[in-house]
Amino acid sequence: MSDTQIRPAGVGGAGGAAGGAAGGAAQRQLSAPQGAWIVAEREIMTRLRSKAFVISTAILLLVVLAGVVIGGLVSQSGGFGGPTKVATVAGDVAGDGTGAGAQLGALGEAFEVTEVADRAAAEQLVRDGDVDAAIVAGGDTAVGLTVIANDSPPGDVIQALSAAPAIELLDPSETSFMLGYLIAMGFGMVFYMTAMTFGMTIAQSVVEEKQTRIVEILLATISARTLLAGKILGNSILALSTVVAALALASVGMLATGQDILLGELGTALIWFGILFAFGFVLVAGLYAASAALVSRQEDIGSVSSPVMMLVMIPFFLIIIFFDNPQVLAIMSYVPFSAPTAMPMRLYFGDAAWWEPIVSLAVLLVSIVVALWIGSRIYENSIMRTGARVKLSEAIKG
Amino acid sequence: MIEISGISRSFGDRLVLDDVSFGVEGGRMTGFVGANGAGKTTTMRILLGVLSADRGAVSLDGTELTAADRARFGYMPEERGLYPKMAVLDQLVYLGRLHGMSTGAARTSANELLVRLGLAERAGDTLESLSLGNQQRAQIAAALVHEPIALVLDEPFSGLDPMAVEVVLGVLQDFAANGAPVLFSSHQLDIVERLCDDVVVIGGGKIRAQGSREGLRAEHAGRVFELDLAGAAADAGWVREQPGVSVTHLDGGFARFEADSEAAAQAVLALAVQQESTAVRSFAPVTPSLAQIFQEVIR
Repeated sequence: MSDTQIRPAGVGGAGGAAGGAAGGAAQRQLSAPQGAWIVAEREIMTRLRSKAFVISTAILLLVVLAGVVIGGLVSQSGGFGGPTKVATVAGDVAGDGTGAGAQLGALGEAFEVTEVADRAAAEQLVRDGDVDAAIVAGGDTAVGLTVIANDSPPGDVIQALSAAPAIELLDPSETSFMLGYLIAMGFGMVFYMTAMTFGMTIAQSVVEEKQTRIVEILLATISARTLLAGKILGNSILALSTVVAALALASVGMLATGQDILLGELGTALIWFGILFAFGFVLVAGLYAASAALVSRQEDIGSVSSPVMMLVMIPFFLIIIFFDNPQVLAIMSYVPFSAPTAMPMRLYFGDAAWWEPIVSLAVLLVSIVVALWIGSRIYENSIMRTGARVKLSEAIKG
Repeated sequence: MIEISGISRSFGDRLVLDDVSFGVEGGRMTGFVGANGAGKTTTMRILLGVLSADRGAVSLDGTELTAADRARFGYMPEERGLYPKMAVLDQLVYLGRLHGMSTGAARTSANELLVRLGLAERAGDTLESLSLGNQQRAQIAAALVHEPIALVLDEPFSGLDPMAVEVVLGVLQDFAANGAPVLFSSHQLDIVERLCDDVVVIGGGKIRAQGSREGLRAEHAGRVFELDLAGAAADAGWVREQPGVSVTHLDGGFARFEADSEAAAQAVLALAVQQESTAVRSFAPVTPSLAQIFQEVIR
């Protein structure tokens, strides 16, 4: 045991004023932002030191990268599953005199043509599954060809060989249906997953402090609002960093797989996604923290936070379902919980005017102010009440 | 000196504290005793600003206590709590910084405390990996890390093994010896009796007694006397016949009685001395133990 003395700082001076001055050398009164920052710092460091967090973030980033790379490869090869393999019989000619193989070959890399000696050999290849279809001469259609397949008509081959009328679109959509769906999924998933993960993290962290009762020590030092602000700040920084990392990785992936055109088109949408996400997350985090403050055990987080989860989940599904419905998307792009997903999509599709994301952001900011005002009331009034779940009405009234 | 004056607090329509007033003097250990639910924890929470009072005020050296003052108090809540998965040293540094210390100063202070409390080797371990007794020591360290100007400890000795009690006791006494006010609650009356300079007794939300330990004892000594007679056939039954005396306990040559006046008690003694068959072995006023005072004032 050392002979270190525990000395009360600044005691023994003449009265409280002298005591305060003497202690001032060792410590100073923290301002609320300073306190909040120390809390935020702890939240961040705790997460970064947690193996579970590091691993799950790494998996998320890998999934994003894999999605972009696979998407890139698929779009380069022109369809899922690579080129369609067909067999043709050497010497067969179509109605117009050109070889069927040559005709398909001219359609690009979508078909891989194997020439065989006769029809029997071609059929054998189809049966063995070595090719998707065989094309032979004959048949009484104008094309003068017969397509042989195993169990279902090969749509792409038939389409390639059919005589199609000329198509003129008066108002062509610049982006494809499939791509729109993928982008809706992409924005939606990133917002949904990140909001859920970090929303749960902040909820657990609130309940941990309540359950272990350290909150009483913390509240003897800083105010409940400062504590709440620090928690939201710390987790928002983490969530936003994760999203920025995911977006950066996605951009790099797009460049690497030659999708730089897509990246260029997505640019504005990506920036707005980042901005709206940052504020949207603050909203979600505030609600998660407030609802978690109502309970005292980790097991109860699920039930108490399910309304907040619904608020995040329902817009996510609405967007996935209505991704090609401009009216629904327009409404969703102003709803605070779906704005981070819907507004960037509309920007990408060219459906939103330049001022629309700004208005959406303003709506989001107003909802944050309201949510944090109510949320901090709930938090302040319930954080010291352990035991049974605190009723929401009591928490708001105080 | 911390002064609590006229504090009342209700939860719903239940009045938990009713006009509570007492003082905690610098350089003295003040024990705060009361049954479970008497209002100790609520009083301490209000003192720390964790709860607000419906009425009343808390002052430090004559001026009303501010948030800045309170941030410099050391507090150990009744329900212990630190982060289970955080290293002991890290959380002490964190708490020190929240109290306004620089990281360096917080680290120095935390390390000193851990050495003092015999926890230095466990500084890097998570709290949950410590034994319960060591967790308690870490909890004490958490209350002291920011070099507080006053200490408020709710049941600091509950759950401590005898060795840890001595260690913690030493730390607290050093602390008080440096002039800071120390208030701690306990339901272990023997510990309070041994340690405290001053005692405050609370019951049913009201202050029932307060003062220095010796003062309280003298105040509650009353006129109870014990007479012990020696001899084979010693029988103190005659005391009952004496005027101005009521016997509360009688057992052969032993009698405990309450006297209306000092003179009545002296008369009993004189009579006892005169009796030829027996000798007086002892005659003394009864000084109540804290437990007895507690029983008496709580009723």
